[in-house]
Amino acid sequence: MTRTKINQSDIPVAQQHRFKWTDVLVQIGLILWALICLFPVYWMFTFSLKSNEEIFGQNVMGLPQHWLWSNYERALNVGNMGRYFFNSLLVTVVTILITLGAAIMATYAITRLKWKFHKKMNAFFMLGLTIPIHAAIVPLYTTLSRVGLLNTYWALIIPYSAFSLSMAILICTGFMGDIPYDLDEAAFLDGCGVWGIFCRVILPLMLPAVSTVGIYTFLQCWNELMFATVFISKDVFKTLPVGVQSLSGQYTTEWGPIGAALALATIPTLIVYVFLSKQIQESFIAGAVKG
Amino acid sequence: MRRPFSYKLNIFLFLLPALILFLGVLIAPIAMSGYYSLTEWNGLGTPEFIGFQNYVELFTSKSINIMRALKNVMLLALLSVCIQLPFALLLALKLSQHVKGERWYLAIYFMPVLISSVVIGQLWIKIYNPEYGVLNTLLRSLGLDSWTRIWLGDKNVAMGACLVPILWQYVGYHMLLMYAGIKGMPPELNEAAMLDGCTPGQVSRYITIPYIRPILRVSVIFAVTGSLKSFDMIYVLTNGGPNHATEVPSTLMINLLFLRNRYGMGSTIAVMLIVLCFVFALLINFAFKEEK
Repeated sequence: MTRTKINQSDIPVAQQHRFKWTDVLVQIGLILWALICLFPVYWMFTFSLKSNEEIFGQNVMGLPQHWLWSNYERALNVGNMGRYFFNSLLVTVVTILITLGAAIMATYAITRLKWKFHKKMNAFFMLGLTIPIHAAIVPLYTTLSRVGLLNTYWALIIPYSAFSLSMAILICTGFMGDIPYDLDEAAFLDGCGVWGIFCRVILPLMLPAVSTVGIYTFLQCWNELMFATVFISKDVFKTLPVGVQSLSGQYTTEWGPIGAALALATIPTLIVYVFLSKQIQESFIAGAVKG
Repeated sequence: MRRPFSYKLNIFLFLLPALILFLGVLIAPIAMSGYYSLTEWNGLGTPEFIGFQNYVELFTSKSINIMRALKNVMLLALLSVCIQLPFALLLALKLSQHVKGERWYLAIYFMPVLISSVVIGQLWIKIYNPEYGVLNTLLRSLGLDSWTRIWLGDKNVAMGACLVPILWQYVGYHMLLMYAGIKGMPPELNEAAMLDGCTPGQVSRYITIPYIRPILRVSVIFAVTGSLKSFDMIYVLTNGGPNHATEVPSTLMINLLFLRNRYGMGSTIAVMLIVLCFVFALLINFAFKEEK
């Protein structure tokens, strides 16, 4: 028994000793790609702090010589970025609430209540996973315009909620399946009806799903462009992507303030990513692997 | 067991919010799109039923030139499957072999996926800027002045210039899916192969890649249907220009709708896109089954 037991972590270590130089090459390759991924963001932050003279002069890629915070001031005041940010936040939060509410209720009916067509109903909702937003854009536009909802927050909240629904139900189904059925029965014996079981047993235990669905929906809505450009033309209701797009169109020659606007649009996402990177990655995986 | 009416009513009530949203915003509009695609309609008055004339016009009209748009998205789909996915797979394989700084790399590679396409598009517009952009500056400093271009304004290179950021942005997404798949493998599989004397390359080739086949299938479907539907980046970078060289079906659709008020024809493109995505998804599923 001279041979040591091989476990998972031993294997790569053993290889590292054998293939030292390929390992270095791999690291160089990985670092190179990391730099390529980071460069546009690095560049954005540096030119957001520069004056046009610096950007168009000798200092195209370096760190700013004079840190021009006034670019950010201009993006916020003249560029209206605060308003766009508020709009995006409001639309996203309300969408998440509606999606979650509708999804958890529907999932409860599909997975916990006993009726004939619950499997068919689930399959029906899952159809939504494959439907591109293109499919609905013309009818939605004409209908929204007829009922006078174009250029309101609802013009985005309602379509976003509907298009996030299928994925939300899919994610909730996974989480609700983990709640033991004994709990339902115990609550039933204690005299709870279906609503009582839903409110007192299921809802409190669905908190983990709330974060996954919330993150997924947030990422869907926060960056959405097609609906947002088509349904919103008034400046006061524009969300971040549309606002940034129209700002960039207006001030093509002033790179500094535009850079600041781009940075302001990106910072919230990056902050959320720093704190929730694992959950964000998991919600993407959940979305793809099951879909 | 017969259940009381109130029980059924409750089931209905639980489903109601989701059903209203789903039927009202997804299912009904799809049916309406289907109908509109068979009409001539300027968005005001009533749609006039004209049968399949829109479809005929779509594929024959020189001014719409749908074939150029389809060629562009097919090129994107092809590059996506042949370059982006293999590269993502390579990264995923390397990262899953206990590389130093694994989680950092993962986080950095995935970051572009989270940033709005508008922001990324605007950044690349500035990278491609003919006078002050990073790309031309870099080329000039390397003495390659003859390589500099008006990247987004030259109809011969504009499509290529649009493809780069799109492919770049989503490498991390596919990498993450594949990485998750590889990490989900039972470790015994790898160990057994290692004990049998397989090199890491052989393990990847014969154990890992076959194991994550279902994820590769999902990735290919996403890459292809995502390419067909692509809109955001093109809209930001060129909006189909210069001289329609970078037109894709989605930009054509939006422009027909809102510049020319052709709601019928816009719907026709939408229906065509849905059908194309569906057909490709089926074909890819079929291809992955066949080889097994």
